[in-house]
Amino acid sequence: MSAQPDALLPFADAVATFDPVLGLEVHVELGTATKMFCGCPTGFGAPPNTQTCPTCLGLPGSLPVVNRVAVESAIRIGLALHSDIAPWCRFARKNYFYPDMPKNYQVSQYDEPIAVGGWLDVDVPTPDGPRRVRVEIERAHMEEDTGKTTHQGGETGRIHGADYSLVDYNRAGIPLIEIVTKPIEGTGASAPEVARAYVAELRALVRALGVSDAHMHQGSLRCDVNVSLRRGPDQPYGTRSETKNVNSLRSTERAVRYEIQRQAAVLAGGGRVVQETRHWHEDTGLTTPGRSKEQAEDYRYFPEPDLVPLAPSDEWVAQLRRTLPEMPAARRRRLQADWAVSDFEMQSIVNAGALDPIEATVADGADPAAARKWWLGELARVANERGVEVGELPIFPADVARVVALVESGALTDTLARRVVDGVLAGEGSPDDVVAARGLKVVDDDAALLAAIDEALAANAEVAEKIRGGKVQAAGVVVGAVMKATRGQADAARVRELLLARLGVSG
Amino acid sequence: MPSITRDEVAHLARLARLDLTDEHLDRLAAELDVILTSVATVAEVATADIPPTSHPLPLTNVFREDVVHPSLAPEQALAAAPAVEDQRFRVPRILDEE
Repeated sequence: MSAQPDALLPFADAVATFDPVLGLEVHVELGTATKMFCGCPTGFGAPPNTQTCPTCLGLPGSLPVVNRVAVESAIRIGLALHSDIAPWCRFARKNYFYPDMPKNYQVSQYDEPIAVGGWLDVDVPTPDGPRRVRVEIERAHMEEDTGKTTHQGGETGRIHGADYSLVDYNRAGIPLIEIVTKPIEGTGASAPEVARAYVAELRALVRALGVSDAHMHQGSLRCDVNVSLRRGPDQPYGTRSETKNVNSLRSTERAVRYEIQRQAAVLAGGGRVVQETRHWHEDTGLTTPGRSKEQAEDYRYFPEPDLVPLAPSDEWVAQLRRTLPEMPAARRRRLQADWAVSDFEMQSIVNAGALDPIEATVADGADPAAARKWWLGELARVANERGVEVGELPIFPADVARVVALVESGALTDTLARRVVDGVLAGEGSPDDVVAARGLKVVDDDAALLAAIDEALAANAEVAEKIRGGKVQAAGVVVGAVMKATRGQADAARVRELLLARLGVSG
Repeated sequence: MPSITRDEVAHLARLARLDLTDEHLDRLAAELDVILTSVATVAEVATADIPPTSHPLPLTNVFREDVVHPSLAPEQALAAAPAVEDQRFRVPRILDEE
């Protein structure tokens, strides 16, 4: 696309000169068993075009019927966001020609969304601990997802004859809820972090509601990022760009940062920001221009004639309200109190995506501090290496709880425990399987340890003399030799104790 | 004063991906104008207390339970495709769009 890289202003300069305004549109793919308007299944990763029917293919004579659970999910999301639920609303046709929709229109909601207004409080991480920001919600509406197009042919796009697209309609018609914020003002230099924290909080919310698995890398939660700049808070909004295809929390933050820097460079150079759709590229960390935005009237929205209006009764809404679970923010406060951790530690846990695993590990009997140590330490490191979330590692919280128990009972040292966890992560079975298969047991036979100590002393006679002479700190050399001889399976503290006793020195 | 201009018809044709000749545009602009003018007489009868009718049936809340029904076999789904590749619909790429 654009051969010239965008000019960027350094971020600090950009936010010193301009006031960023954000708008976030998050699409949540609902986890219903079937599509929005037909009984086709919604599983991710099925072979292409195996989850379609005349309705979602838009074949003549087919008619849509609304999925009750999808509407319930939409209402529950609205209630959790403190929105007003519309007592009466309609679906609308959004007309456009693009092969991702076989009908040549998408069924959506236009001027009558199911949920109006509301807010979501988010905790924005700062070096001083979390800062609470209230994000106002404009609306949440229902629509259907589109099919997946894959472009084939000439990389450069110059050989038009060789260019074509392949379309898989498995995703076409899966229920989506689009949640749109009001303009988010006053965030200044923390705009990127606010955007990320908002998407993270919304993801936690829909997961708590159980309405979506909200996996960003699988596209079941996607964010469009609107950014504009103005000279100051009292100025009118600037022209915005809308960046699509933002598929991770990190990308949300980076895309906002990038657009602030890009637009600031345009404005600082005396130019004008073009209102356009841009695409985020995860690999390069850049946005590139897409098509310039069609006007809403070009979509020729009109009430969907094939679907009757929705009129959720007060009783139904009240009944759905009673199904709302504990909200993520309340849950965090409760767990923070239970675990007796600081704001800052809690922020680390949440950022690492370790809240659920730690809670489950504690529920399986582990001490909160020990559970935290594993999930934020060794396991976070491995997850980072593998580029996955910590909760996606092939180890169950129950496994971690078992390892903690083995360490507490003295059956494993910390070193051995790490090897057990390595084994579980390598697919060798449960912690007990790994202990048995790899022979990872603490050598707790004092006679065996003393034999190893004597050998180590014989091999390090000079060191032995030093220790006898009172240089207790030299004991580490001998302890290390014993640990090596026992392949790390001895308890180092016990070895030291036995060694000092052997030499008649007090620790 | 016509209720629809020739330029508006040309714009709509572009949105509908219809390649119309100048003669077509002239003729359609005139015909659509008659249709719109006729429909507009309804607006004279309708007063503020009559809401626009989008659905003739007095029904709301028609739902389907969230139960899977068998989908088409992929060969059935693709039977009417103009071209097929890798069990997918093969379509011309639309340039200048995403």
